[in-house]
Amino acid sequence: MGSNMAEAHPIAFANVVKAKERGAKVIHVDPHFSRTSALANLYVPTRAGSDIVFLGAIIRYLLEHNAYFHEYVVNYTNAPMLISADYKDTEDLDGIFSGFDPATDSYPDVSSWDYQRDEHGQPKTDPTLQDPQCVFQIMRRHFARYTPEMVEQTCGVPREKWMQVVQTLIENTGRERTTAICYAVGWTQQSKGVQIIRSAAIMQLLLGNIGRPGGGIMALRGHASIQGSTDVPTLYDLLAGYMPQPSALLPQQTLAEYIATSGQKTGWWSNFPAYIMSLLKAWYGEAIHDGDSDCGYCWLPKTVGDHSHLVTSYDMLDGKIKGYFLFGQNPAAGSTNSRMQRQALEQLDWMVVRDLYEVESAAFWYKGPKGEPVDPKKVKTEVFLLPAAASTEKEGSFTNTQRLLQWRDKAVDPPGDARSDLWFVYHLGKRLKELYADSKAPKDRPLQALTWDYDATEPDPDSRIPDEPDALLILKEINGYYARPPEGSGESPERVYSLRDAPHVPNFVALKGDGSTACGSWIYSGVYPEPGNNRAASRIPDGYTNLQWGFSWPANRRILYNRASADPQGRPWSERKKYVWWDEEQKKWTGYDIPDFPANKAPDYTPPPGAKGMDAISGSDPFIMKPDGRGWLFAPKGLKDGPLPAHYEPAESPVHNALYKQQSNPVAHYYRERKDNALAPVGDERYPIVITTYRLTEHHLSGPMTRWMPWLNALQPELFAELSPELAKEQHIKHGERIVISTPRGEIEARAMVTRRLRPLRIQGRMVHQIGLPFHWGFQGKSKGSITNDLAHMVLEPNVSIEEAKAFTCNVRPFQYPQAGRDSH
Amino acid sequence: MQEHSLLPEVVQTTISEVMQIGSTVQPFSKESLEKAPRIRDAKVVHSVCPYCAVGCGLNVYVKDGKVIDIEGNPDSPINHGTLCPKGSATFQYTVNPSRLTQVLYRAPYSTHWEVKSLAWAMEQIAQRVKKTRDETFVDYLPDGREVNHTLGIASLGGATLDVEENYLMKKLLTGGLGIVSIENQARI
Repeated sequence: MGSNMAEAHPIAFANVVKAKERGAKVIHVDPHFSRTSALANLYVPTRAGSDIVFLGAIIRYLLEHNAYFHEYVVNYTNAPMLISADYKDTEDLDGIFSGFDPATDSYPDVSSWDYQRDEHGQPKTDPTLQDPQCVFQIMRRHFARYTPEMVEQTCGVPREKWMQVVQTLIENTGRERTTAICYAVGWTQQSKGVQIIRSAAIMQLLLGNIGRPGGGIMALRGHASIQGSTDVPTLYDLLAGYMPQPSALLPQQTLAEYIATSGQKTGWWSNFPAYIMSLLKAWYGEAIHDGDSDCGYCWLPKTVGDHSHLVTSYDMLDGKIKGYFLFGQNPAAGSTNSRMQRQALEQLDWMVVRDLYEVESAAFWYKGPKGEPVDPKKVKTEVFLLPAAASTEKEGSFTNTQRLLQWRDKAVDPPGDARSDLWFVYHLGKRLKELYADSKAPKDRPLQALTWDYDATEPDPDSRIPDEPDALLILKEINGYYARPPEGSGESPERVYSLRDAPHVPNFVALKGDGSTACGSWIYSGVYPEPGNNRAASRIPDGYTNLQWGFSWPANRRILYNRASADPQGRPWSERKKYVWWDEEQKKWTGYDIPDFPANKAPDYTPPPGAKGMDAISGSDPFIMKPDGRGWLFAPKGLKDGPLPAHYEPAESPVHNALYKQQSNPVAHYYRERKDNALAPVGDERYPIVITTYRLTEHHLSGPMTRWMPWLNALQPELFAELSPELAKEQHIKHGERIVISTPRGEIEARAMVTRRLRPLRIQGRMVHQIGLPFHWGFQGKSKGSITNDLAHMVLEPNVSIEEAKAFTCNVRPFQYPQAGRDSH
Repeated sequence: MQEHSLLPEVVQTTISEVMQIGSTVQPFSKESLEKAPRIRDAKVVHSVCPYCAVGCGLNVYVKDGKVIDIEGNPDSPINHGTLCPKGSATFQYTVNPSRLTQVLYRAPYSTHWEVKSLAWAMEQIAQRVKKTRDETFVDYLPDGREVNHTLGIASLGGATLDVEENYLMKKLLTGGLGIVSIENQARI
């Protein structure tokens, strides 16, 4: 669901097809019949934006028919935990949860979602699952209205078809069998994307499919190192390894306050102080050791709100952003509401674009969306367009969608003045350090203290770029090293190591909170445990878990939470699904993967009352990153829009919410006051058609990596819109002709692809049409076309600030015959 | 490149030896023997596909300092040598006459690009960063909370770059300069 895997991740889908040949059942639930649907055993057409109803009804069925994996649910999830008596569900408040503040459209106080706790702070439980305040019973009440009838009315899926899905899931669950679920941006690009994924997580936990071979929830990510750029983040709200960027809106003015509000007292995150201190040490070096650690922490910039990409675009439009770096990204065609993005770029003082080609985001100052000239004399933005190196022209690692780091060797030098981004950032940093070298201002101290010596010891003799920095040295810093001699090394404790001469740390267990270790990203620690052993570059396949092919964080584990592949006593659930188990003779966990559990903690270990850290996690609690060691069916904290998923209609929808009075996500960010973000009201007759957008195999994103390539342009030469024969007939559209697609944000042209791959659905007693478009085109390159993202709006999901580009509304008409009396935008 | 056979190595070797017994004439013409795939003497460089996040292994063939071909790596447990249309076209992504090879500069309100040297551009960019940072840096909010940031500069991109590049970007821009809005495609 939420993914067209055959089209967007074709080589991964080859493995799905192989599994199908061996008897696996493949189900595709999607608004659009695609290459994935064609190869599935069962294709279920559904309405874009209705996923939580479809999944919620499955959850209800599992609960009401005792079809869940009882032993897994009772022991490994928080189903038995008792929730606060103050908690009010969407059942009580018609679509919102307790703690909602209508003045701010947010949940500022979520204390009512928390567990009932004993005197040691441990959650109270009812293992019989009978207490009305236990998670299990709250879920039964919450999901009661997610009925098969509601699936018919809201998703447009006949109940027999939905029931086929449920039966297949139940047949493929339990001790002997598992089910995997794959999703992609079909889920994340919705105004309740996180809660859709939560629905899938709840379903998979109820079915006992997490931490087991053949199970799991697979996020199919879209870029070669998008996982890497999340782990070692270029994101405003994260530091490396999922530690939060400190915020001035929280009590985080000192390191101690930051640790108190970000770490956890129980579970693996109790190691938080060692990880943040090692990161500060990696960044600021001896300035940390000599001064007080608060000093390094105070240098970290504090956030004062949402500084995400799209919010930053609005700030840019308002003239608040003066300078902008684009590293291989193209918001002028690739980001939502692209027209607004291009206007925002015109407000900058200066920008740096690093790419292989002259992309739309570098050409906006003289060319418009149809290729028409723009008057450059009216655009102030100063543009530096710097040629970048391709992936074959530099060494380094990509982290794939399975958390697998794979090293690339360098094949040749980049052409002309093209350079790696590593070169650019390194030399920009060196120049800035020189410019600030004599400053006495406190604000310049972090830059002066920043450790910044990555010159190659011996320049590559085959390269004409002698000042290319040493990527392996940077990998060593990410892996972590000893800044002071480790105990038992025989070295003088006064010895101070630099990155170059320091011993590597073997893994993150070696990291300390006293400044004696440095580590750029704790979850990657172990990737380069000793000189000459870059495990990302290891290429030895074995036909199963492939533990020597690349390095999978954390600690080279291939399946997260794999303690759950054994029963509470540590025995495999079945011989067929044997993966990680407790070896009673050797008194340790073993198996085909690296156990995701303390190696020697016995399954019968019970924490003493008031235990802290990992000691508080029992031998049968697999989810060690959680403070209670359990998989969270109900999220007692951490989410901005509710502890359980609830169906809300997309921001633009042809219908009213059939489940609650609350129409759309009450805490999403709508930006209704922005004139450049006009939204169609519910059921707007001017925009009655649901539109979704997607990828094609032959192009990538907005095209910077494909539309300059004749081979690929020959395969997919131009933008098209897929629509049903029924809609084509209504709108007098003929297959192959040009049409206009309009939304309140703008209009674009595309060629009509009239096809039964999109079908009208019966929703709440009326016919709803859906159309679909790829989004790969723009006004630059060798293949040009309209920018699909000009149609999309900017309503942001509240947890992660991602736009809703997968379900909004539009209208279509033949290109030749504009309708009289329409609004023009 | 490794040869792949369904037979175990010992059996293969034995068969080869048996087949050659008594055979002195090679079943190839002189012309056939002289012909060779163009990648035969090329250096094989191991790489990874730059498109989606599946992480297919690539073999990059280099001869005379030039990339002459890019194919799927048959040893990779991810793609077993196969590639999709984009991955198969990686050669044209990297070896392409439309690629930028010089720095282009557009001055404010200018009507055209100018070709500039890399060193000039690097110095100018460093100057711009310093000027904007110095003008927009905030150490304390009016109510006394310490923030040490600039909201005047932003960065977008990273999902198509290397892990090491992302690391240096965040370290310099956030850790060194106090820039907060560092973002990438993961937000999209």
